[in-house]
Amino acid sequence: MTNILVEWVIKTVVILLILVTAVAYLTFLERKVMGWIQLRVGPNRVGPWGLLQPLADGLKMIFKEDIIPSQSNQWLYILAPALSLVPALMTFIVIPYGSEITLFGRTIELHVTRMNVGLLYIFALTSVGVYGIVLAGWSSNNKYSLMGGLRSSAQMISYELALGLSIVSVLLYSGSLDLVEIVNKQSGWLGHTGWNVFRFPLMFVFIIFYIASLAETNRTPFDLPEADSELVAGYHTEYSSMKFVMFQMAEYLNLITSSSIATALFLGGWNGPFVGRLPILGPVYFATKALVLIFTAMWIRYTVPRFRYDQLMRFGWTTMLPVAIINIIITATVIVLFP
Amino acid sequence: MPSLESIEISRLWTLASIDRANLRTSWIMVNYVPVLLILILAIGMATVILVLSRFAARNRPTREKLLPYECGVEPVGTSRERQSVRFYLVAMAFLLFDIEAVFLIPWAVVFRGVLESETYRNLKWVFYGEMMVFMVVLFVGLVYVWRKGILEWNR
Repeated sequence: MTNILVEWVIKTVVILLILVTAVAYLTFLERKVMGWIQLRVGPNRVGPWGLLQPLADGLKMIFKEDIIPSQSNQWLYILAPALSLVPALMTFIVIPYGSEITLFGRTIELHVTRMNVGLLYIFALTSVGVYGIVLAGWSSNNKYSLMGGLRSSAQMISYELALGLSIVSVLLYSGSLDLVEIVNKQSGWLGHTGWNVFRFPLMFVFIIFYIASLAETNRTPFDLPEADSELVAGYHTEYSSMKFVMFQMAEYLNLITSSSIATALFLGGWNGPFVGRLPILGPVYFATKALVLIFTAMWIRYTVPRFRYDQLMRFGWTTMLPVAIINIIITATVIVLFP
Repeated sequence: MPSLESIEISRLWTLASIDRANLRTSWIMVNYVPVLLILILAIGMATVILVLSRFAARNRPTREKLLPYECGVEPVGTSRERQSVRFYLVAMAFLLFDIEAVFLIPWAVVFRGVLESETYRNLKWVFYGEMMVFMVVLFVGLVYVWRKGILEWNR
């Protein structure tokens, strides 16, 4: 008999703190990676190797003037950043980052909560995130913002289809929407042979999923909503100070979440060599895999040029969507023939 | 006999000291309590950030500063203009295909179970074929939308 409520509160707070720190250091990592790829050093002035840069940035942004444009729709303008930040923070509680460890004589499961509709919960929340962007674009009363918001909503709903259909193939294998169960199904010999990405049709599904999740999080080949060469800064053109930070945080949180889901669905989650004997390795493996995916997203950002808008929509509807549908058919056939 | 309210209250107390073994069954509603927790925490965090940005910085608004940004010149016209109908058509197509995804997910979740159960195993081809017919209909729908030119943005 343990007081589970206290445990939940502690876990939730810890997860929130980890997420906020991770977001701060992802902005740092992004600039460092950009520096290395462009043969520069990147930020290295604040603290050792520039490690205190996120703190300095945060302090600077707090003391920036908070502008609410005179022609904007004030309440929606203030509400919009919160609407995109809150769902982004909420998604992470169902993602499992380890099996269970024993701490001070108590077994602690390394996930905040577990639901049988975990994956649907995540998808529901990521869809809510679109509202923040659309409202930000509309309420700013700025032409760039409005175009950015509209483009973003059209892009996100288009790629959400490919994303939603690509997880159907995974569900065919795992038979559950519960993320803990999905990860448990992927434990194989030495902890890596059972990963979904090594199964026949699912390796192609992984590629579809990853591309669609890049589009969902507005990462570079798909960063049309904030195409700076045509739309200044897209939907957050008018935002300054901490409201701008909230949009940035939401964006990086979505990147973390989508990488974590890809890890849990395809790369075996916390599974890895010797994780059965040493459960503390679970979070390490999980973080490593997620970081590799995040780094790949950054790498793509500085390698691939941006799509044109009509190319983007055509790619989403006439390449990603049919391929996702065909993938489901192939997966179902394979499962029915070789159960 | 205890009243209904006292039963509810005693249930709340058991919720606070619930047995860990019960939680392994992931379908019970108690598992949604952390959603409420993180909702409160996230809203609190957003509020703190918004209030902080309002009061930490000095505020010296001028007329020019509060104009919509248009590369430094006075804004021309209004931004609440009519928009391309393409966005609307894409939203409609999205609704149709998203409903399809909603149909597919429960089917995918129980598919394994059907193959492994003794009772329903001989029906697996029905279970498989019906969904394939549905997918083909859907694919035809996609091709129709495509041929109608809804997905062509530069026409």
